[in-house]
Amino acid sequence: MGVNQPLGDNVVVTSLDMLVNWVRKSSLWPMTFGLACCAIEMMATGASSHDLDRFGIIFRASPRQSDCIIIAGTVTKKMLPVIQRVYDQMPEPKWVIAMGACACSGGVFDTYSVVQGIDEALPVDVYIPGCPPRPEALLYGIIKLQEKIMNEQNSFGSAFGIGERVSVA
Amino acid sequence: MADTHRAVSKLQEKFAASILEVKEDRGDWIVTVAKESLIAVLSFLKAECRYTMLTDVTAVDYLGKKDERFMMVYQMTSVAHKDRIRIKVPVSESDCRIESATQVFGSANWLEREVFDLFGITFDNHPDLRRILMTPDWVGHPLRKDYPLQGPGREPYKGRLS
Repeated sequence: MGVNQPLGDNVVVTSLDMLVNWVRKSSLWPMTFGLACCAIEMMATGASSHDLDRFGIIFRASPRQSDCIIIAGTVTKKMLPVIQRVYDQMPEPKWVIAMGACACSGGVFDTYSVVQGIDEALPVDVYIPGCPPRPEALLYGIIKLQEKIMNEQNSFGSAFGIGERVSVA
Repeated sequence: MADTHRAVSKLQEKFAASILEVKEDRGDWIVTVAKESLIAVLSFLKAECRYTMLTDVTAVDYLGKKDERFMMVYQMTSVAHKDRIRIKVPVSESDCRIESATQVFGSANWLEREVFDLFGITFDNHPDLRRILMTPDWVGHPLRKDYPLQGPGREPYKGRLS
């Protein structure tokens, strides 16, 4: 009757996937990379009144040590190769947040020089609408990304080459 | 104002044959000159009339509105006289080239590169004529009136559908 608890009440038993996911979502380091006015809101989100640090989110000025890139602003065709290079320099696992109307769809810049949504080039995990989104919106998007990370499967095994990481929508 | 007037009358005296039009519009003096005499006019204004600063070089595309498609525009400032003058030069599409103003004003360098990039007007004797805003491999000149706004290969915008 019931589940045997051979380890007693004082040991937390969890799956290793969940542990890895929890570690990853609790220290999500975004790449410091601003493109336009959304970057100002991104800075405001990082600053004291909204305080991203309380989620373990600390902006990191190197792609080599980042987990996530926030595409904050209008992506021009001239800037796209730079973003792709920064993204390629980030180590796995990595996530992409498209912040604002321009990064999601090109926004009002329906012209020859602007990429019509960063999803043409990078795999986007979270889209945040707004022009620009308020810090609350960015916070909500980041929390959504954290939820997504918490739901990932096989994140422990894939870290040393057993199978692929599975993302559940 | 009086100084600009004097500069304009000096120009009319010296370059009578190559001045196409002289116009005053809300206090701005606009002198249209022939392409061949541009460098002489700019040098004259710099040396004799103290227009020592070339503030802007740009172009206009009069596609279908004028016989000569492009119009080069040179904005000049006289710091000494606190005065400005605008020199315009028509450039035809078939002979889409003009002498570079860099030999008179260094500031023309990047401004002419911008005009070359966006309008496709070639500047003879320019020290470094490359694209400045668009990527080096870009095809076409985006500020020409016949360039599709949303870029080649995309369906043009037809207004709001909803």
